[in-house]
Amino acid sequence: MSGADRAASVGSRESQQPARQLSPARLGLSDVFRVGLSGLRSRPTRVVLSALGIAIGIATMVAVIGISSSSKEQLLRQLDSLGTNMLTVQPGQTIFGGDAKLPETSVAMTKRIGPVTTASATGKTDTTVRRNSLIPKEVTQGIAVQATTPELLKTLDGSVSKGAWLNHSTANYPATVLGSEAAKRLGLRRVGDQVWIANRWFTVVGVLKTLPLAPEIDRSALVGWDAAKKYLDFDAHPTKIYERSSDASVEEVRNALPRTVSPEKPEEVKVSRPSDALSAKAAAAGTFTSLLLGLGAVALLVGGVGVANTMVISVLERRREIGLRRSLGATRGQVRTQFLVESLLLSLLGGVVGAVLGSIATMVFALYRDWPPVVPPWALSGAIGATLAIGSIAGIYPAMRAARLSPTVALATA
Amino acid sequence: MNIVELTGVTKAYPGGVKALRGVDLVIEPGELTAIVGPSGSGKSTLLNLIGTLDRPSTGRVEITGYDVAKLSDRELSALRARHIGFVFQSFHLADGVSALDNVADGLLYGGISLSKRRKLARAALERVGLGHRLGHRPNQLSGGERQRVAVARAVAGEPDLLLADEPTGNLDTAAGSEVLGVLSDLHRSGTTIAIITHDQDIAQWAPRQVRVRDGHLVTDGGAGTGRNQTAAWEEVSA
Repeated sequence: MSGADRAASVGSRESQQPARQLSPARLGLSDVFRVGLSGLRSRPTRVVLSALGIAIGIATMVAVIGISSSSKEQLLRQLDSLGTNMLTVQPGQTIFGGDAKLPETSVAMTKRIGPVTTASATGKTDTTVRRNSLIPKEVTQGIAVQATTPELLKTLDGSVSKGAWLNHSTANYPATVLGSEAAKRLGLRRVGDQVWIANRWFTVVGVLKTLPLAPEIDRSALVGWDAAKKYLDFDAHPTKIYERSSDASVEEVRNALPRTVSPEKPEEVKVSRPSDALSAKAAAAGTFTSLLLGLGAVALLVGGVGVANTMVISVLERRREIGLRRSLGATRGQVRTQFLVESLLLSLLGGVVGAVLGSIATMVFALYRDWPPVVPPWALSGAIGATLAIGSIAGIYPAMRAARLSPTVALATA
Repeated sequence: MNIVELTGVTKAYPGGVKALRGVDLVIEPGELTAIVGPSGSGKSTLLNLIGTLDRPSTGRVEITGYDVAKLSDRELSALRARHIGFVFQSFHLADGVSALDNVADGLLYGGISLSKRRKLARAALERVGLGHRLGHRPNQLSGGERQRVAVARAVAGEPDLLLADEPTGNLDTAAGSEVLGVLSDLHRSGTTIAIITHDQDIAQWAPRQVRVRDGHLVTDGGAGTGRNQTAAWEEVSA
């Protein structure tokens, strides 16, 4: 029945009843907040402790999301700087199950593909590299000796940490450039030291920096193409070709590569994109966190129970206040709203503190790992949304109880 | 229009206790009435009914012309907010909140803006002689002062009826008479006041006495006898 209907029916039935309408005043938003806050202000310790429960849950979730986003961002940035436009070509298997070989002309052929900007190759030799002749041949330390074309450094976008890359003269003589890992395993400190390759001293002319897209080079001793043929019985068949093209034409090049490299047996050629591994890693960065997120959710739930508990106790303790408010003219709805708002503010306080703590934790961890700190906005808004939901769910029951209290019972409680 | 009009009111509580057994009572505007009775006489029930905090089992309760039986809980709340001011034995002031805001918060449910509430609260506190205690908190005030703050809260919105439940029950004699003095002043300026008490001295002090015993009114000075000269004169001239 609407207010007007009621007034009309009352007026016709009972002429004594004054025509004045009684309708409770609505509380302004600021008054609603003032009243909600006043309940919290009078019990600061309890408020801090129960907000802490929410804060811990939210901080955990924000930090978990933030840290995994930061790690993902780090991988994506790395990917960005390394570029995703490099493809490699390797020999596959022959149809009879033997190892295929790439034709000697394959590098030159690769360079002829239109969009290809640079191409180079390495070729494995059967020799090993050792500190000196006294170390047994079997102790290879996992280091391969590879022949390389001069453009390799450019194709890989790499650089030397010490010394220099192979030039026209050193590529023809017993000189070698070591990958970063190879240099470490051989224990080489200076450029100019000598290492023992295929019964001959080779001079180390340079050491490469780490190449994230070509970890196999990190574990190689690189020798010039002609020097390898001359001193190491290298058969001049490349075992891996590296090429780069424009970003837009990577797929086109990928399709053209097998037929170009080995027109007779394109099926014996394997093309791959080293950056795919990093992309997969970036995509996977978010998945292992679901367990931790679950833990955060449990903490949040416990925090919500804490808020509900605090509110129930608060209602029991404040029967007098509720009675007073009813006698001052508060409607049941206004009492309900008061306790609901109180519960919302309580958990919102926890949520905001938790979001700040979680962001700080992300920041500290990311800076420590040298990652770009990233807290996604959706995580923050999700955190606030979650606390509001928890606050209202936790507040519903106590608020209903408060509203149901009879004003006389509430006042009779001394 | 009478401020309070009770006709054949009874109140039985679950369990069969009959607190009121047929009460007729009229309180006219400007009256100062003491409702006196020993504990268990039903006077607290009477207070709850007059204050619209509770509804009668049978009979009719009209407050400022509204039939309580016809009003919803929301409408009763609005009635209390605009027409009735309460003073309680144990003050019911909020700790840690200044006297001014305690009084101002009493007007919260009347739909008045915060600045207007504070203005009315200041005026009400000055009216009860506490204009110099606006910023004091309840624990910084004496018992008598606290009850005067509560009186200020009850009258700040200019209600038609001031209901006081044992207003001096928690106070010593000096503080008690301090509070009664304030109520007396309010009465002189035209406020309708009903005091519920078991104290014979207070009953003697009030112009009109209504005695309650075992759920019945045993003596009543009669409607209108609690009116003071000024108030009566004002009504005539109006």
